[in-house]
Amino acid sequence: MGRHTPLYDLHVEQGARMVDFGGWDMPVNYGSQIEEHHAVRRDAGIFDVSHMCVIDARGARVREFFSKLLANDVAKLTVSGKALYSCMLNEAGGVIDDLIVYFLNESWFRVVVNAGTRDKDLAWMRGIAAQYGVELTERTDLAMLAVQGPNARAKVAQLLPAEHRDAALALEVFFGRELGPWFVARTGYTGEDGFEIVLPADEAARVWRALNGHGVKSAGLGARDTLRLEAAMNLYGNDMDESQNPLESGLAWTVSFDDPARDFVGRKALESLKAAGLAKKFVALLLEDRGVLRGHQKVVVAGLPEGENAGEITSGTFSPTMEKSIALARVPRAAGASVQVDVRGKLLNARVVKAPFVRHGKILVS
Amino acid sequence: MSNVPADLKYTKSHEWVRTLANGDVEVGITDHAQGALGDLVFVEVPDAGKTLKAGDAFAVVESVKAASDVYAPVAGAVLEGNPALGSQPELINTEPYGGGWIARLKPAGALSGLLSAAEYQAHLAAEG
Repeated sequence: MGRHTPLYDLHVEQGARMVDFGGWDMPVNYGSQIEEHHAVRRDAGIFDVSHMCVIDARGARVREFFSKLLANDVAKLTVSGKALYSCMLNEAGGVIDDLIVYFLNESWFRVVVNAGTRDKDLAWMRGIAAQYGVELTERTDLAMLAVQGPNARAKVAQLLPAEHRDAALALEVFFGRELGPWFVARTGYTGEDGFEIVLPADEAARVWRALNGHGVKSAGLGARDTLRLEAAMNLYGNDMDESQNPLESGLAWTVSFDDPARDFVGRKALESLKAAGLAKKFVALLLEDRGVLRGHQKVVVAGLPEGENAGEITSGTFSPTMEKSIALARVPRAAGASVQVDVRGKLLNARVVKAPFVRHGKILVS
Repeated sequence: MSNVPADLKYTKSHEWVRTLANGDVEVGITDHAQGALGDLVFVEVPDAGKTLKAGDAFAVVESVKAASDVYAPVAGAVLEGNPALGSQPELINTEPYGGGWIARLKPAGALSGLLSAAEYQAHLAAEG
């Protein structure tokens, strides 16, 4: 038996199919994954993301700590509540995890990391935090809900006490703030607008039911995966891990080399890689033949010599919005606009397209 | 609890077999199988004329989550694959024992080694 979030009993009561995810028993769907996906694109859905790990980092040198720890630069965080997406690298430039860090004040940052990596993340972070006198606290007393979709913010606002409603609706994209006992952030992993809410664990079930009552559909990890893939957002463990660097994982935009004096962990390794020339690039693929792209399928690039012509699908699925198969893949840098994918022994044609596939309910790829 | 019609035969790998009036058979996957797979999005049905041994992988069903092979419950020749599944793979979810049939076969001999509905139900219970 895996670990349970505070919402486990509610998922079972709502008929969820439960699966193991990073050591946690989590809902994969409550019936139809595709209906849950469409609910988020068209209206609003709610996900239990309490398995993710909320860590508070406190100390006078907390900004310096994150400046060392993260590949993105927390110097970009100048206004309280602002969030930053970043990778945490090892010395070789491999990705230990991806995370979101919120700047709350000069002695308090909050960071949210993945469920499956929490133990190694905490061990790594503590090793560096000690040098800066930063104290890390794992907030296991909190639950986390993601309410996503074009109508999600308005529906959450209906549940908030009157004095917090305007403040919540005024949050700009990628900002969070404390509203009473809740921490509400305008972030997500679906390509839609919405909130992620960190709240006391014993309130989570009541809030979930109240949102259901406002027409917010319970949605599982299955829909979460198809939504994030349509939005071309990376999934740790599939699209990148410690054996891959962010520059060949579609995450160069999250690595900040701007400040030459900032010696973040992994910087030297990434600079050497860049100087030597990167062999791979990370692309979005649209399958033109019939079939479904899946993680670990081999990508073949015509016209390149044997031994240099292969890539790999890192995440693939059927896109419920586009009704076509889509994927993210790591391919040779010289790959052009079309590639082939070995799908169960047959070479199918796929096209390299500009990511994301879908955003704010609209298909962006033709 | 999944639906297991009493008038069909079954396999341990979750296919069902219906004997038609003329002795041909219709084959599909069970309600339990479609429930475990989730929403079906792509089905590859076999071409007519293909000869199968019992246990051959003869069709592929793909859900949003994963791809699975479908195994021939009996030996025989494929008469037709269900043409409707090309555009409506979800028929397997909504009508696993009806419009979601996968192929019709002309069996090579008498049907053998199949489970009755009660035996299949016991198999499901044992699989947990």
